[in-house]
Amino acid sequence: MRLSEGSPGTRILAFGGYQPAKVVTNDDLAQMVDTSDEWIRSRVGIESRRIAGPDESLADIASAAGGKALAASGLSPDAIDLVVVATCTPESPIPNIAATVATRLGIAAPGAYDLNAACAGFCYAMATASDAVRAGTARHVLVIGAEKLSQWIDWTDRSTCIIFADGAGAAVVGPVAEPDDPPGIGPVVWGSDGNLADKIYIADRNSFIVQEGQAVFRWATTALHPIARKACEAAGVDPADLAAFIPHQANLRIIEAIARKLGAPQAKVATDIVTAGNTSSASIPLALSRMAEQNELGSGDLVLLLAFGAGISYAAQVITIP
Amino acid sequence: MAMTDQEMLKGLGEIVDEVAGVPADQVTPDKSFVDDLDIDSLSMVEIAVAAQDKFGVEIPDDQLKNLKTVQDVLDYLRGAGVSA
Repeated sequence: MRLSEGSPGTRILAFGGYQPAKVVTNDDLAQMVDTSDEWIRSRVGIESRRIAGPDESLADIASAAGGKALAASGLSPDAIDLVVVATCTPESPIPNIAATVATRLGIAAPGAYDLNAACAGFCYAMATASDAVRAGTARHVLVIGAEKLSQWIDWTDRSTCIIFADGAGAAVVGPVAEPDDPPGIGPVVWGSDGNLADKIYIADRNSFIVQEGQAVFRWATTALHPIARKACEAAGVDPADLAAFIPHQANLRIIEAIARKLGAPQAKVATDIVTAGNTSSASIPLALSRMAEQNELGSGDLVLLLAFGAGISYAAQVITIP
Repeated sequence: MAMTDQEMLKGLGEIVDEVAGVPADQVTPDKSFVDDLDIDSLSMVEIAVAAQDKFGVEIPDDQLKNLKTVQDVLDYLRGAGVSA
Protein backbone atom coordinates (compact mmCIF):
# COMPACT_ATOMS: atom_id res chain seq x y z
CA MET A 1 0.00 0.00 0.00
CA ARG A 2 1.18 3.53 -0.83
CA LEU A 3 0.59 6.70 1.17
CA SER A 4 -0.48 10.04 -0.27
CA GLU A 5 2.20 12.67 -0.71
CA GLY A 6 1.51 15.87 1.17
CA SER A 7 2.97 19.31 1.53
CA PRO A 8 5.56 20.08 4.22
CA GLY A 9 3.77 23.26 5.19
CA THR A 10 0.43 24.95 4.63
CA ARG A 11 -0.79 28.51 4.38
CA ILE A 12 -3.89 30.61 4.00
CA LEU A 13 -4.34 31.96 0.48
CA ALA A 14 -7.33 34.27 0.99
CA PHE A 15 -10.22 35.26 3.23
CA GLY A 16 -13.86 36.18 2.66
CA GLY A 17 -16.68 37.32 4.91
CA TYR A 18 -20.41 37.87 4.70
CA GLN A 19 -22.85 39.57 7.05
CA PRO A 20 -26.61 39.70 6.43
CA ALA A 21 -27.94 43.15 5.54
CA LYS A 22 -30.35 43.53 8.42
CA VAL A 23 -28.89 45.51 11.34
CA VAL A 24 -30.50 45.02 14.76
CA THR A 25 -29.54 47.70 17.27
CA ASN A 26 -29.69 47.56 21.05
CA ASP A 27 -32.58 50.01 20.93
CA ASP A 28 -34.44 47.58 18.65
CA LEU A 29 -33.96 44.84 21.27
CA ALA A 30 -35.06 47.18 24.06
CA GLN A 31 -38.44 47.32 22.27
CA MET A 32 -38.72 43.52 22.56
CA VAL A 33 -37.26 42.67 25.99
CA ASP A 34 -36.49 44.49 29.23
CA THR A 35 -32.99 45.76 28.45
CA SER A 36 -31.20 48.93 27.37
CA ASP A 37 -28.42 50.11 25.09
CA GLU A 38 -26.31 51.08 28.11
CA TRP A 39 -26.75 47.70 29.83
CA ILE A 40 -25.86 45.70 26.70
CA ARG A 41 -22.81 47.84 25.91
CA SER A 42 -21.47 47.59 29.45
CA ARG A 43 -22.03 43.83 29.89
CA VAL A 44 -21.16 42.40 26.49
CA GLY A 45 -19.82 45.34 24.46
CA ILE A 46 -22.22 44.97 21.55
CA GLU A 47 -23.72 48.03 19.81
CA SER A 48 -25.46 46.26 16.93
CA ARG A 49 -25.57 42.89 15.21
CA ARG A 50 -26.67 41.39 11.89
CA ILE A 51 -29.58 39.00 11.59
CA ALA A 52 -30.39 36.93 8.50
CA GLY A 53 -33.57 37.59 6.59
CA PRO A 54 -36.40 35.05 6.73
CA ASP A 55 -35.51 33.65 3.31
CA GLU A 56 -31.78 33.56 3.93
CA SER A 57 -30.60 30.03 4.74
CA LEU A 58 -27.39 28.91 6.42
CA ALA A 59 -26.21 27.56 3.05
CA ASP A 60 -26.84 31.03 1.54
CA ILE A 61 -24.73 32.71 4.20
CA ALA A 62 -21.97 30.11 3.99
CA SER A 63 -21.90 30.26 0.18
CA ALA A 64 -21.62 34.06 0.19
CA ALA A 65 -18.52 33.99 2.40
CA GLY A 66 -17.03 30.94 0.69
CA GLY A 67 -17.51 32.49 -2.74
CA LYS A 68 -15.66 35.64 -1.70
CA ALA A 69 -12.71 33.69 -0.30
CA LEU A 70 -12.56 31.51 -3.41
CA ALA A 71 -12.61 34.56 -5.70
CA ALA A 72 -9.95 36.31 -3.62
CA SER A 73 -7.69 33.23 -3.80
CA GLY A 74 -7.57 33.41 -7.60
CA LEU A 75 -8.08 29.66 -7.76
CA SER A 76 -10.59 28.11 -10.10
CA PRO A 77 -13.35 26.16 -8.33
CA ASP A 78 -11.99 22.86 -9.60
CA ALA A 79 -8.75 23.45 -7.68
CA ILE A 80 -10.66 22.95 -4.42
CA ASP A 81 -10.88 19.31 -3.38
CA LEU A 82 -12.23 19.62 0.15
CA VAL A 83 -14.91 21.87 1.67
CA VAL A 84 -15.32 22.04 5.45
CA VAL A 85 -18.10 24.06 7.04
CA ALA A 86 -17.85 24.70 10.77
CA THR A 87 -21.34 25.29 12.09
CA CYS A 88 -23.57 24.45 15.04
CA THR A 89 -26.76 25.95 13.65
CA PRO A 90 -27.90 23.98 10.59
CA GLU A 91 -31.63 24.00 9.85
CA SER A 92 -31.51 20.18 9.77
CA PRO A 93 -28.91 17.43 10.34
CA ILE A 94 -28.86 16.20 6.71
CA PRO A 95 -27.86 17.01 4.08
CA ASN A 96 -24.76 18.76 5.32
CA ILE A 97 -24.14 22.38 4.38
CA ALA A 98 -20.70 21.76 2.87
CA ALA A 99 -21.84 19.70 -0.13
CA THR A 100 -24.56 22.23 -0.97
CA VAL A 101 -22.13 25.13 -0.72
CA ALA A 102 -19.60 23.33 -2.92
CA THR A 103 -22.16 22.74 -5.66
CA ARG A 104 -23.35 26.34 -5.55
CA LEU A 105 -19.78 27.58 -5.94
CA GLY A 106 -19.13 25.28 -8.88
CA ILE A 107 -16.72 23.06 -6.97
CA ALA A 108 -17.20 19.65 -8.53
CA ALA A 109 -17.31 16.58 -6.26
CA PRO A 110 -14.98 17.69 -3.45
CA GLY A 111 -14.82 15.97 -0.10
CA ALA A 112 -17.38 17.89 1.93
CA TYR A 113 -18.36 17.78 5.56
CA ASP A 114 -19.73 19.92 8.37
CA LEU A 115 -17.87 20.13 11.66
CA ASN A 116 -19.43 21.04 15.00
CA ALA A 117 -17.14 22.38 17.69
CA ALA A 118 -19.59 25.24 18.38
CA CYS A 119 -17.83 28.61 18.68
CA ALA A 120 -14.44 26.85 18.45
CA GLY A 121 -15.39 25.42 15.05
CA PHE A 122 -13.36 27.62 12.73
CA CYS A 123 -10.02 26.88 14.41
CA TYR A 124 -10.88 23.15 14.45
CA ALA A 125 -11.76 23.31 10.74
CA MET A 126 -8.59 25.26 9.95
CA ALA A 127 -6.52 22.60 11.76
CA THR A 128 -8.16 19.66 9.98
CA ALA A 129 -7.86 21.44 6.62
CA SER A 130 -4.17 22.14 7.20
CA ASP A 131 -3.59 18.54 8.28
CA ALA A 132 -5.36 17.25 5.15
CA VAL A 133 -3.06 19.32 2.92
CA ARG A 134 0.01 18.22 4.87
CA ALA A 135 -1.07 14.60 4.60
CA GLY A 136 -1.84 14.95 0.90
CA THR A 137 -5.50 13.96 1.14
CA ALA A 138 -6.41 17.42 -0.18
CA ARG A 139 -4.52 20.10 -2.09
CA HIS A 140 -6.73 23.15 -1.52
CA VAL A 141 -9.43 23.38 1.12
CA LEU A 142 -12.26 25.88 1.43
CA VAL A 143 -12.86 26.38 5.16
CA ILE A 144 -16.01 28.20 6.21
CA GLY A 145 -17.42 29.19 9.59
CA ALA A 146 -21.12 29.96 9.17
CA GLU A 147 -23.92 30.45 11.67
CA LYS A 148 -27.56 31.37 11.73
CA LEU A 149 -27.89 31.58 15.49
CA SER A 150 -31.03 33.71 15.16
CA GLN A 151 -33.08 30.58 14.55
CA TRP A 152 -31.95 29.06 17.87
CA ILE A 153 -32.53 32.19 19.99
CA ASP A 154 -35.44 32.74 22.33
CA TRP A 155 -36.25 36.34 21.42
CA THR A 156 -37.92 36.81 24.81
CA ASP A 157 -34.76 35.78 26.72
CA ARG A 158 -32.85 38.98 27.40
CA SER A 159 -29.75 37.10 28.57
CA THR A 160 -29.13 35.51 25.16
CA CYS A 161 -30.97 37.46 22.46
CA ILE A 162 -28.69 40.46 22.99
CA ILE A 163 -25.55 38.39 22.33
CA PHE A 164 -25.93 36.03 19.39
CA ALA A 165 -26.08 36.90 15.69
CA ASP A 166 -25.65 35.61 12.14
CA GLY A 167 -22.76 35.67 9.68
CA ALA A 168 -20.08 33.69 7.90
CA GLY A 169 -16.38 33.88 7.20
CA ALA A 170 -14.11 31.74 5.09
CA ALA A 171 -10.50 30.99 4.19
CA VAL A 172 -8.80 29.04 1.42
CA VAL A 173 -6.05 26.77 2.75
CA GLY A 174 -3.34 25.31 0.54
CA PRO A 175 0.28 24.19 0.45
CA VAL A 176 3.17 26.63 0.86
CA ALA A 177 4.33 28.01 -2.50
CA GLU A 178 7.78 26.40 -2.23
CA PRO A 179 8.64 23.41 -0.03
CA ASP A 180 11.22 25.44 1.88
CA ASP A 181 8.86 28.34 2.62
CA PRO A 182 8.01 28.83 6.28
CA PRO A 183 4.57 27.46 7.17
CA GLY A 184 1.66 29.92 7.31
CA ILE A 185 -0.47 27.83 9.66
CA GLY A 186 1.02 26.80 13.00
CA PRO A 187 0.23 23.73 15.07
CA VAL A 188 -3.21 23.72 16.66
CA VAL A 189 -3.53 23.52 20.43
CA TRP A 190 -6.99 22.17 21.10
CA GLY A 191 -9.03 20.51 23.77
CA SER A 192 -12.39 20.12 25.44
CA ASP A 193 -14.08 19.58 28.80
CA GLY A 194 -17.39 17.76 28.85
CA ASN A 195 -17.78 18.52 32.55
CA LEU A 196 -18.88 21.98 31.44
CA ALA A 197 -21.29 20.72 28.77
CA ASP A 198 -24.26 22.13 30.70
CA LYS A 199 -22.93 25.70 30.65
CA ILE A 200 -23.91 26.42 27.01
CA TYR A 201 -26.44 24.16 25.28
CA ILE A 202 -29.54 23.72 23.18
CA ALA A 203 -31.57 20.95 24.83
CA ASP A 204 -33.41 19.60 21.77
CA ARG A 205 -34.86 20.59 18.41
CA ASN A 206 -37.69 22.56 20.01
CA SER A 207 -35.42 24.48 22.38
CA PHE A 208 -33.28 27.57 22.31
CA ILE A 209 -29.72 28.36 23.29
CA VAL A 210 -29.14 28.56 27.03
CA GLN A 211 -25.99 29.96 28.60
CA GLU A 212 -24.78 30.28 32.20
CA GLY A 213 -23.09 33.60 31.66
CA GLN A 214 -21.12 33.86 34.90
CA ALA A 215 -19.75 30.31 34.68
CA VAL A 216 -18.70 30.77 31.07
CA PHE A 217 -17.14 34.15 31.89
CA ARG A 218 -15.15 32.64 34.77
CA TRP A 219 -13.92 29.75 32.62
CA ALA A 220 -13.05 31.96 29.65
CA THR A 221 -11.15 34.52 31.69
CA THR A 222 -9.09 31.95 33.59
CA ALA A 223 -8.54 28.90 31.34
CA LEU A 224 -7.87 30.38 27.93
CA HIS A 225 -4.84 32.65 28.09
CA PRO A 226 -2.60 29.64 28.87
CA ILE A 227 -4.02 27.90 25.76
CA ALA A 228 -3.25 31.00 23.70
CA ARG A 229 0.31 31.06 25.01
CA LYS A 230 0.73 27.34 24.28
CA ALA A 231 -0.28 27.92 20.66
CA CYS A 232 2.44 30.57 20.40
CA GLU A 233 4.97 28.22 21.98
CA ALA A 234 3.97 25.37 19.65
CA ALA A 235 4.54 27.66 16.66
CA GLY A 236 7.80 29.03 18.07
CA VAL A 237 6.36 32.54 18.09
CA ASP A 238 6.98 35.08 20.84
CA PRO A 239 3.64 36.75 21.77
CA ALA A 240 5.49 40.07 21.55
CA ASP A 241 5.88 39.45 17.78
CA LEU A 242 2.15 39.03 17.12
CA ALA A 243 0.67 41.70 14.85
CA ALA A 244 -2.85 40.77 15.91
CA PHE A 245 -4.81 38.65 18.34
CA ILE A 246 -8.19 37.45 17.13
CA PRO A 247 -10.10 35.67 19.86
CA HIS A 248 -13.63 34.37 19.34
CA GLN A 249 -15.93 37.36 19.65
CA ALA A 250 -17.91 36.10 22.62
CA ASN A 251 -18.09 39.13 24.87
CA LEU A 252 -15.95 42.28 24.79
CA ARG A 253 -15.07 41.87 28.45
CA ILE A 254 -13.85 38.31 27.89
CA ILE A 255 -11.80 39.51 24.90
CA GLU A 256 -10.22 42.31 26.95
CA ALA A 257 -9.50 40.05 29.92
CA ILE A 258 -7.78 37.38 27.80
CA ALA A 259 -5.84 40.00 25.83
CA ARG A 260 -4.64 41.58 29.07
CA LYS A 261 -3.42 38.22 30.42
CA LEU A 262 -1.86 37.10 27.12
CA GLY A 263 0.90 39.70 27.26
CA ALA A 264 1.10 40.73 23.62
CA PRO A 265 1.10 44.51 23.92
CA GLN A 266 1.89 45.19 20.25
CA ALA A 267 -0.94 43.04 18.92
CA LYS A 268 -4.09 44.62 17.54
CA VAL A 269 -6.99 42.94 19.29
CA ALA A 270 -10.07 42.23 17.18
CA THR A 271 -13.23 43.73 18.65
CA ASP A 272 -15.64 43.02 15.82
CA ILE A 273 -18.23 41.91 18.36
CA VAL A 274 -19.16 45.58 18.74
CA THR A 275 -20.96 45.64 15.37
CA ALA A 276 -21.23 41.92 14.57
CA GLY A 277 -22.41 40.37 17.84
CA ASN A 278 -21.36 36.84 18.76
CA THR A 279 -21.50 34.84 15.53
CA SER A 280 -19.98 31.64 16.98
CA SER A 281 -17.75 29.85 14.45
CA ALA A 282 -18.04 32.79 12.03
CA SER A 283 -16.59 35.40 14.37
CA ILE A 284 -12.87 34.74 13.79
CA PRO A 285 -12.95 34.48 9.97
CA LEU A 286 -15.27 37.50 9.83
CA ALA A 287 -12.77 39.55 11.82
CA LEU A 288 -9.87 38.22 9.72
CA SER A 289 -11.54 39.05 6.44
CA ARG A 290 -12.53 42.53 7.61
CA MET A 291 -9.00 43.26 8.82
CA ALA A 292 -7.58 41.98 5.53
CA GLU A 293 -10.08 44.01 3.48
CA GLN A 294 -9.33 47.21 5.38
CA ASN A 295 -5.57 46.61 5.14
CA GLU A 296 -5.19 46.56 8.91
CA LEU A 297 -2.72 43.70 8.53
CA GLY A 298 0.21 43.24 6.19
CA SER A 299 1.37 40.20 4.28
CA GLY A 300 3.43 37.94 6.53
CA ASP A 301 1.98 39.36 9.76
CA LEU A 302 1.67 36.82 12.55
CA VAL A 303 -1.83 36.49 13.97
CA LEU A 304 -2.98 34.39 16.91
CA LEU A 305 -6.44 32.83 16.64
CA LEU A 306 -8.22 31.58 19.77
CA ALA A 307 -11.65 29.97 19.53
CA PHE A 308 -13.76 28.62 22.38
CA GLY A 309 -17.33 27.72 23.12
CA ALA A 310 -19.92 25.09 23.93
CA GLY A 311 -18.70 21.60 24.64
CA ILE A 312 -16.74 23.08 26.25
CA SER A 313 -14.27 23.08 23.35
CA TYR A 314 -11.37 25.30 22.40
CA ALA A 315 -8.60 25.60 19.81
CA ALA A 316 -5.83 28.07 19.02
CA GLN A 317 -3.20 28.46 16.34
CA VAL A 318 -0.88 31.08 14.90
CA ILE A 319 -1.30 31.95 11.22
CA THR A 320 0.37 34.36 8.82
CA ILE A 321 -1.54 36.82 6.67
CA PRO A 322 -1.28 36.00 2.93
CA MET B 1 -2.41 32.10 55.28
CA ALA B 2 -2.14 34.33 58.32
CA MET B 3 -3.26 37.86 57.52
CA THR B 4 -4.77 40.68 59.56
CA ASP B 5 -8.16 42.13 58.69
CA GLN B 6 -6.41 45.29 57.63
CA GLU B 7 -4.11 43.41 55.27
CA MET B 8 -7.06 41.51 53.84
CA LEU B 9 -8.96 44.75 53.23
CA LYS B 10 -5.92 46.30 51.58
CA GLY B 11 -5.51 43.27 49.32
CA LEU B 12 -9.19 43.32 48.36
CA GLY B 13 -8.98 47.07 47.66
CA GLU B 14 -6.09 46.47 45.26
CA ILE B 15 -8.10 43.80 43.45
CA VAL B 16 -11.18 46.02 43.10
CA ASP B 17 -8.99 48.85 41.84
CA GLU B 18 -7.38 46.60 39.23
CA VAL B 19 -10.59 44.91 38.07
CA ALA B 20 -13.05 47.80 38.16
CA GLY B 21 -10.93 50.94 38.43
CA VAL B 22 -12.44 51.85 41.81
CA PRO B 23 -9.74 53.53 43.97
CA ALA B 24 -8.66 51.16 46.74
CA ASP B 25 -9.33 53.71 49.50
CA GLN B 26 -13.04 53.67 48.60
CA VAL B 27 -13.20 49.95 49.30
CA THR B 28 -14.30 50.03 52.92
CA PRO B 29 -16.19 47.29 54.80
CA ASP B 30 -19.59 49.03 54.74
CA LYS B 31 -19.66 49.47 50.94
CA SER B 32 -22.06 47.52 48.73
CA PHE B 33 -20.39 46.34 45.53
CA VAL B 34 -23.41 47.00 43.33
CA ASP B 35 -24.93 50.08 44.97
CA ASP B 36 -21.86 51.96 46.20
CA LEU B 37 -18.98 50.81 44.00
CA ASP B 38 -20.98 50.26 40.76
CA ILE B 39 -19.55 46.78 40.26
CA ASP B 40 -21.60 44.35 38.17
CA SER B 41 -21.89 40.56 38.27
CA LEU B 42 -19.13 39.94 35.71
CA SER B 43 -16.69 42.18 37.59
CA MET B 44 -17.59 40.23 40.74
CA VAL B 45 -16.46 37.06 38.94
CA GLU B 46 -13.17 38.77 38.06
CA ILE B 47 -12.77 39.88 41.67
CA ALA B 48 -13.43 36.30 42.85
CA VAL B 49 -10.81 34.95 40.44
CA ALA B 50 -8.25 37.53 41.53
CA ALA B 51 -9.08 36.86 45.20
CA GLN B 52 -8.38 33.17 44.63
CA ASP B 53 -4.95 34.04 43.22
CA LYS B 54 -4.18 36.44 46.08
CA PHE B 55 -5.71 34.68 49.09
CA GLY B 56 -5.83 31.07 47.89
CA VAL B 57 -9.57 30.82 48.57
CA GLU B 58 -12.05 29.77 45.92
CA ILE B 59 -15.30 31.73 45.84
CA PRO B 60 -17.71 29.70 43.66
CA ASP B 61 -20.43 31.41 41.59
CA ASP B 62 -23.21 30.15 43.86
CA GLN B 63 -21.51 31.80 46.88
CA LEU B 64 -20.71 34.97 44.98
CA LYS B 65 -24.31 36.13 44.80
CA ASN B 66 -24.48 36.22 48.62
CA LEU B 67 -21.46 38.50 48.93
CA LYS B 68 -23.09 41.91 48.65
CA THR B 69 -20.76 44.11 50.70
CA VAL B 70 -17.01 44.36 51.18
CA GLN B 71 -17.56 43.07 54.73
CA ASP B 72 -19.33 39.98 53.32
CA VAL B 73 -16.22 39.13 51.30
CA LEU B 74 -13.91 39.74 54.28
CA ASP B 75 -16.13 37.46 56.41
CA TYR B 76 -16.08 34.80 53.70
CA LEU B 77 -12.29 34.93 53.43
CA ARG B 78 -11.92 34.83 57.19
CA GLY B 79 -14.36 31.88 57.34
CA ALA B 80 -12.14 30.10 54.84
CA GLY B 81 -9.18 30.57 57.14
CA VAL B 82 -7.35 33.45 55.51
CA SER B 83 -7.09 35.72 58.56
CA ALA B 84 -5.01 34.90 61.62
